[in-house]
Parts: sequence; C-alpha cells; structure tokens
Amino acid sequence: MIMASGFSQASEMAEIEGGTYIPLYGNDSLPVSVENFKIDKYPVTNKEYLKFVVENPKWKKSEVKALFADGRYLNHWKNDTELKSDELENAPVTNVSWFAARAYCKWKGKRLPTLDEWEYVAMADKETADARKKDGYNEFILSWYERPKSFHQEIGSTYENYWGVYDMHGMVWEWTADFNSVIISGETRRDENQDNNLFCGSAAIGSSDLMNYAAFMRYAFRSSVKGNYSIRNLGFRCAQDTNEEENSANEAL
Amino acid sequence: MKKKIQRMKLYKLMFLSILLLGTSCKNNENKSEKSEPVAQAEAEPLPEMSVFQLPSSWTTQEGEDIQLEELRGEVLVMVMIYTSCQAACPRLVADMRNIQKKVSEEANKETKYVFVSIDPEVDTPERLKTFAKENEMDNDQWLFLRGDLEDTREFAAVLAVNYKRISPMDFSHSNIISVFDKDGVLVHQKEVLGTDDTQTIEAVEQHVID
Repeated sequence: MIMASGFSQASEMAEIEGGTYIPLYGNDSLPVSVENFKIDKYPVTNKEYLKFVVENPKWKKSEVKALFADGRYLNHWKNDTELKSDELENAPVTNVSWFAARAYCKWKGKRLPTLDEWEYVAMADKETADARKKDGYNEFILSWYERPKSFHQEIGSTYENYWGVYDMHGMVWEWTADFNSVIISGETRRDENQDNNLFCGSAAIGSSDLMNYAAFMRYAFRSSVKGNYSIRNLGFRCAQDTNEEENSANEAL
Repeated sequence: MKKKIQRMKLYKLMFLSILLLGTSCKNNENKSEKSEPVAQAEAEPLPEMSVFQLPSSWTTQEGEDIQLEELRGEVLVMVMIYTSCQAACPRLVADMRNIQKKVSEEANKETKYVFVSIDPEVDTPERLKTFAKENEMDNDQWLFLRGDLEDTREFAAVLAVNYKRISPMDFSHSNIISVFDKDGVLVHQKEVLGTDDTQTIEAVEQHVID
C-alpha cells in the first residue's frame, strides 16, 4: 500500500505564546502557567483519521480492543474504512476514545494538548486572547451547547480565534491529555466546597456566572468520561512542544 | 449493557448539573459503589478488557523492571497513591492492610496487593522500598510500582482514577481500590476511606477460585 507520508506542513499548527491564566473551574483558582506550544488549527477529521487506521490496523473498528475503545468506537462509520453515507469526510472525527486520540497524535509525532493548554487557547475569541468576560463569547458557547448535531459540520465552519485556531467552540468537545485530572464528585472536602460555591454562589445569573457555567459544563463532562468512551460529540486535536518538528515519517504503532 | 448504563449516567450527570445550577446545593451523585461485569476467560489470549493489554513497563520497589503482564495468574488488589501524601493515603494504606488481613490465607497465596505511584518523579524505587518497610509491607504480598508520567496517566485512565497535582507537594486524587482477576480484568471497584470492605474481600475470594 502506498500512503503519502510527509504530507504534514508546519502551517497545520498555530504557535501559541505561553502565559499564565486563572482556570475557570478546578480545584483551586491560582494562576496556571502555560509554556509556548503549538496546536492543530483544526480538529482531526474523519478523512485524516481514516489514514491513521489504514496504517495502524489495530485501531480499526473491527480490531480495536475494548480496553481502549468501547462498543461505540467509530459508530458513525459503516465499516473499517468507510463513513456512513450521510457523514462528512471533513467533519471532525468523533466516537474516538482517549486512547485512540492519543495514539493518533503519537503517530503524527505530536501529543494531545493538556487540559490547561486547551483551555488557554479556548478562552480566545476572534480579537482577544482572553475573551471570557465578554458576553458574546459566552453566549456563543452556551447557544452551541443547546444546538443538536453540531458535529455535523466541516472543520473551519466556526470562527478563527486570536491564535489562528478554529473550532475550539461550536463544533465538538475535545479530549485532553489529562482529562482525568478533573475531580468534581466531591471526593475531598476541598472539592465539595468548590461545588457548593459554584451551585450556591448567587441567585442572579450575571455574565461571570455564565462564564463559569460554560466552563463548568466542560469540566463536568471531562470528570464523567472514561478513557475508553467513544462519544458522538467528542473529538480531538493534537499539540506539540514548540521545539519539535512535525514528524514527516510517521511513527509506526 | 453496562456501557449503556454508564453513558446514561453521563447524560444524567450533565442534565443534573443543569438542574443543580439553579436549584440545589447538593450533589448527591452516589458513586461509592461500582461493580464491573465479571469476565470469565481462562483461555490463552488476553481478554480484551485486560489491563495487561497496556504496553507500559514499571519499576518495582526492588528496582526491577516489569511488564504488567508478568502479574498474570494472580488476583490483584490495586490502589494509586503517592508516598509523600499526608491526607488520604495513610487511610488508603490502612484500608489495603485491612483487606489483606481479612482475606483468607488460602486466597492470599494467589493475591497481590499493588500500590501504583501517581508521583513517579518523587517516588523512586528507593523511596517506595522505604515506604514499604515503614508500613511493614516489605514482602512478596505487596508490590509498589512506578512508571513514567504518561504511562501513569494512562493507567489511571484505565482505572478511572482521577488525579491532579495541586501544589508541588500534593495531589488531589480519587480514593479507589480496584480488584483485577487473574487475567487482569477489572472485576470490582470501590471508593474507599474507611467504608465497608466486605464486597472487596468477596471479590478477591471469588476470583482466586475462578
């Protein structure tokens, strides 16, 4: 089989200048530092993922181990190599487990972004790096949460943000490397207090509540999934340290 | 079927969060008890759900490198901790010790109690060895493992253990004890800290016989 490797271009990724930010929701609200890094401009598509499974047969839907991907893995594909008829090649691939997403990024010589890296990029709107206090930014996210089947869109259909990254909101939820660093279920007193603060904070819902709510939904989602879950509106994109080159000779897995 | 239930739980949680935001101060999601379906697989190939499918390699408190698969053939009781932990970990260690004491001598011959470090940078083999000695767990029954950061994150994902570094010294983490059958399939999980361990002990006894 002849597969074009070496197709990667640096322009597939956006350079992100690191900094500190205060996460919206977590175990503490101390500033977190994010180093410089690169992130894919778009979520990984069905088409790109197909290439991966062809070259790495153990990630085919017929061959993947249940430990790494549950029964809904690539559920929107007709078989190992074809999409169902109403699906879009250039829509983000979803129904992929964390293990699968991680293997894909590794194959590209990349890695999944950390939760903090992802959130850092995701707080930008078109003009500003941190748009979290803007009403428009929050309204966009919340209206997306209400919209069904937003995964059925080609990549790039939402907006290009401050960093030149597309589709962070408005399309699919995305895996992060340390999705399982979120602890929300009140396993410690500290967490419980956080939850209570969030839930009981105030009766009136102002823009900062909306902002917290939008982020809370993401964190709650992360805390409730397991590594082998394959979910219809959950996809991923890859990241890389700035000093690394994209891997043109794809690493075999 | 189980997956369906988990998925439903997920949706339920999301729906619940919406309700809770406006109405209530309490999150009563009861997650204290999780039992995984029992897999029967004595055959040669590893079951699909076997944790031994993980390619990661680990170092023991003796400084030996091992693959998880080398533990095949014994029932495993596992917990993730870090040795510098002041809060929950001493309790988890005590819970593990209690389970080991209550499991029959017969069953203990085919059971290993495994601690996996969530802080591999600090928990060197030497440090794990010291920890084992301090806790009088310095024999074959007890195994202390450390891996690299990525493998540790992956292992936690398999166990559905969540953890996060909250300061240079401390982690916030789930307190979950997991039981694996002899083929490495997760058969029982319990969020612990002094709660009733009867079912954990039953799980060990049952899977030693299987």
